[in-house]
Amino acid sequence: MSALSARASIDTIWSWLRQVPDPEIPVISVVDLGIVRDVRWDGQDADADVVITVTPTYSGCPATEVIAASIRDRLAEEGIGHARVETRLSPAWTTDWIGPEAKEKLRGYGIAPPACAAGEHVIDISRLTRRSAMKPAPLIACPRCGSTHTQVLSPFGSTPCKSLHRCHACHETFDYFKPH
Amino acid sequence: MSNKNDTYAYLLRLGDNALVLSQRLGEWCGKGPALEEDMALTNVALDLLGQARLWLSYAAELAGDGADEDSLAYLRDADQFRNVLLLEQPNGNYADTVVRQFFFDAWHALALQQLRVSQDPRIAEIADKALKEVNYHLRRSSDLVVRLGDGTEISRNRMQAAVDHLWPYSGEMFDADGVDLAAAAAGYGFDPSGLRTEWLAYVREVLEEGTLKLPSPEAWMQKGGKQGRHTEHLSRMLSEMQILQRSHPGATW
Repeated sequence: MSALSARASIDTIWSWLRQVPDPEIPVISVVDLGIVRDVRWDGQDADADVVITVTPTYSGCPATEVIAASIRDRLAEEGIGHARVETRLSPAWTTDWIGPEAKEKLRGYGIAPPACAAGEHVIDISRLTRRSAMKPAPLIACPRCGSTHTQVLSPFGSTPCKSLHRCHACHETFDYFKPH
Repeated sequence: MSNKNDTYAYLLRLGDNALVLSQRLGEWCGKGPALEEDMALTNVALDLLGQARLWLSYAAELAGDGADEDSLAYLRDADQFRNVLLLEQPNGNYADTVVRQFFFDAWHALALQQLRVSQDPRIAEIADKALKEVNYHLRRSSDLVVRLGDGTEISRNRMQAAVDHLWPYSGEMFDADGVDLAAAAAGYGFDPSGLRTEWLAYVREVLEEGTLKLPSPEAWMQKGGKQGRHTEHLSRMLSEMQILQRSHPGATW
């Protein structure tokens, strides 16, 4: 019983994880990004492991391993030496899990947040016809001046999750967090 | 009932397709025709590498002989690879790289749509994740086919030459053998011959929009990669990809 009362609550652990920044976009946390899927104690004993379940953003994103290490380090600071970070693929990560507050943080940091729900702007090859299968691209507002008079420069940007755009109103280039 | 050896053989194909194309795209790193293309090629390579790791890790678990994703990638010889011949073809000029990508992306998207409803939950979840990435790859390669096909006279000629040159390597993706049919029968995979009509229709539409001609679907097709009979290009590619682990076995950093 004493072990149970002494160990951190699940809510407390979530609050610590909210302080673990994404290594590439430090303005949002790994929780904001939606990649922490579950937090639990594995067992009742005093020396039980904390198990943090995370899901990768993109299959090959190199930040995934850094994130696991950052989570373990943050928990170690709170005296939790037994932390396991497990990976879960399903359901696959989506930018729909990035909440409105986190989207505003992205915008404030200079990254345009996803402008539509995931899957809205992809080719549906099963419908065969390319033009009709492509919904029109959503308007992407410049995170600096708010103009939607913007243009894609590159479908891929500085990380797998972003593309590169230019604003014709203020002439700045900016990153866009792709709906995924 | 699924047989472990058949599933292993099936997973190797999925993993090797992703791995070999990833390595080819990685060869462009720092040499892309424009900075934006350089970033795109390496980002697509990264997605494919991540997918290869997921497939090969699962294959290694099934093999259960101490193999892991790294030993499968770095310690097999060319005749043990099971990727389709299309993907090991050299990068050539940019048109060759774009057309190779386009042919594969269109197949890959269709294939993953089948696999995401696989009765093997591990295959289904990997496919579901990969499909989101591959949809984006397909959108990009389709757009490039149109832009370069319906571009200048030089770009159009190069694109048509690439389409004609790579066409005989496209048929293998739809060629079903015992491994495919076992996968389809057991419900963890699909019969690839069933994807051909849809693939052809999509490829025809995009090529036409790019003012390019679809070669004859009845043309004679190369095959053998899925059974380990490769073109000479794969050995050369692997000699570069594997040299570190071959020269310094077990090296880590």
